[in-house]
Amino acid sequence: MNNLRERLRPALRWETGLAVVVILILVIGSAASPDFLTGNNLFNLGLSNGEIAIMTLPMTLIIISGEIDLSVASMLGMASALLGYLWSKGWPMPAIFVFVAVVGIAAGAVNGLLVTRLRLPSLAVTIGTLALYRGVATILLGPNTVSNFPAAYTNLGVDAVPFTGNDMTWSTLIFIVLAIIFGIALHATPFGRSIYAMGASAEAAQFAGIRVKRIKTLLFMLSGFICSLAGVLWTFRLDTAVQNNGLGLELSVVAIVLLAGVSIFGGKGSLTGVVLAVLAFAGIQNALLLTNFNQEATGIVTGALLLASVFLPNAGRLLRRLRPVHT
Amino acid sequence: MSAATLPDSEQRASGAADASLAERVFRIRESGILAVLIVFVGVTTAVQHRFLDTANIQFMLVDTTTFALLALGETLVVISRNVDLSVGSVVGLSAYLSADLFVGHPGIPIPVVFLAGLGIGLACGVVNGFMVAIGRVPSLVVTLATLYIIRGIDILIVGGNEVDASSLPNAFLDIPKDTIGGIPDIAIAVALIIAIGAYYLRTFRSGRDLYAIGSNPDAARLAGLPVGRRVFTAFAVSGAIAGVAGVLWSAQYGTINSTAGTGYELQVVSAVVVGGVAIFGGSGSVTGAAIGALLLTTISSALYVLGISSFWDQAIWGFLLLVAIALDQTITERLTNALRSRKPGSRKPGSARPGFRKPGARKPAIESPGTTHE
Repeated sequence: MNNLRERLRPALRWETGLAVVVILILVIGSAASPDFLTGNNLFNLGLSNGEIAIMTLPMTLIIISGEIDLSVASMLGMASALLGYLWSKGWPMPAIFVFVAVVGIAAGAVNGLLVTRLRLPSLAVTIGTLALYRGVATILLGPNTVSNFPAAYTNLGVDAVPFTGNDMTWSTLIFIVLAIIFGIALHATPFGRSIYAMGASAEAAQFAGIRVKRIKTLLFMLSGFICSLAGVLWTFRLDTAVQNNGLGLELSVVAIVLLAGVSIFGGKGSLTGVVLAVLAFAGIQNALLLTNFNQEATGIVTGALLLASVFLPNAGRLLRRLRPVHT
Repeated sequence: MSAATLPDSEQRASGAADASLAERVFRIRESGILAVLIVFVGVTTAVQHRFLDTANIQFMLVDTTTFALLALGETLVVISRNVDLSVGSVVGLSAYLSADLFVGHPGIPIPVVFLAGLGIGLACGVVNGFMVAIGRVPSLVVTLATLYIIRGIDILIVGGNEVDASSLPNAFLDIPKDTIGGIPDIAIAVALIIAIGAYYLRTFRSGRDLYAIGSNPDAARLAGLPVGRRVFTAFAVSGAIAGVAGVLWSAQYGTINSTAGTGYELQVVSAVVVGGVAIFGGSGSVTGAAIGALLLTTISSALYVLGISSFWDQAIWGFLLLVAIALDQTITERLTNALRSRKPGSRKPGSARPGFRKPGARKPAIESPGTTHE
């Protein structure tokens, strides 16, 4: 009983801690720059982080289930390249959407089947498909750039959602809707509980009658679908389909999910934490941007937060371990 | 390979036979990848003879050196059931700082620059190792964080500057070009370092310890192995090697800005995995990883020589990686079954030797030894 409380305490505290960090960022950010809390800035903040935020949602489920998907940014890139390629071939936009979604789901299914049916480690499989899917994007577009998309679609990337006072981007709205759906699915359905169960112990979950392989495959397919969606949004926002869209984004996505207190070993974490971590991540990037910090070096802060996310929950244990050495 | 096809001499049930069987499979894994390499080179040469020109071979060997060096360091870490994702950033930082030494101190001896690179890398590796081994947190998370932090520091130092070839001494830029008997000096040096690494891992106690730790960290700890110290050393060595690789990088490319080595980490991990090192530790060899690096470089070069657009590189690369890990898994499962059916009851399957994990008993993610993520 005592043990259980001991185990739950850091998890419960983590979201609280993140919330404090988010509030601190808001306070410091608005103190440092009067532009920080303006609607215009929030709009830009949503604009530049929307796709990453969307991709953290399936990643959360996959990591909680005890796997990892490093191919997310490549699936985004592949969707973007495919969109551009088919558009340049004169396909109608609705047909392209369907095709891109199908390819995304198929790409996720390949990941899932390799992991569950061939019992390969997802870390290695998705490093392989990271290269493979990016390779497909590169083959499709080569050095070309496709950028003559119809304004009706590209406006989705830069316009605000009606009735939000020009403060909310479409990608932010999509993120909020998806986050609610994912949150309910993860925390309030048997499906969600089974994801935690298989993350804690795949073998025990199997014996409990949970269809571990099927659910994991579904999660990878879901990831493929959502990343294609992110790829389409990315393409319209920049009005550019190019083979290296979203290159290297997978590490940011994983970093946010881990920052949220989701355990890399699976079985632990919450969607509330992920939403807070997305806010913290976006807030820090944005605050540093407004304070003229070298924008490309914001990785230092992301990295430091990531380290904090693994060290702070373990601080007590570490101190206990170190004390006998010092005395 | 199955039990039925084993030669009679192998059927003699004894510990020695098991050991030699396991030994053979180690060799099979390496020779498998070597066979792929040879077939690839053979086919390419048949189609386009100039593939095996001295110039092209030299070019490929030089191209492989930095890559194979990094694969060596990464292998030590991966065998211990960890991963070092920060190598690309370490290469970048070391490449710029070492090249910048020539700008700030004209006439500085080249060995000093290499030592400086080694020192920079070692410092990064020590930080990684300290956090993973002493802090007992997952190496995937720690090195993902240091990937960002080291790259960020690099960007803060470099800013928009770059060092170009005109400010580097010719003797330094000639390092990748010098040859002995047609073979690049640098390739010979790296081959020697890899040979030493391979000998160390096979022979020395601390090298064998890494396999034991990667196979089962808890058991290794209970058996009294200094798990923390070994893992720390693996990271320190990996960092130091990445530092040296950074210096080679700047000699090879001549132009160094803040993006040097970006994304290199995943290529290095790919080479290691293609070379037959199990991503969850406990098995594989430095030689295999080096051949993996050579194979990946050869593929790029072959596509170029065959006139296939380099845009195909990455897709083929990824496909090959998937084939490699799928094959590796199949061999491991077959071997486990072979061992199990040969000596029923005498040993538990999967505990045979480092690396032969029971199929289906995979851990969900990379674990640093004995870590409990609370």
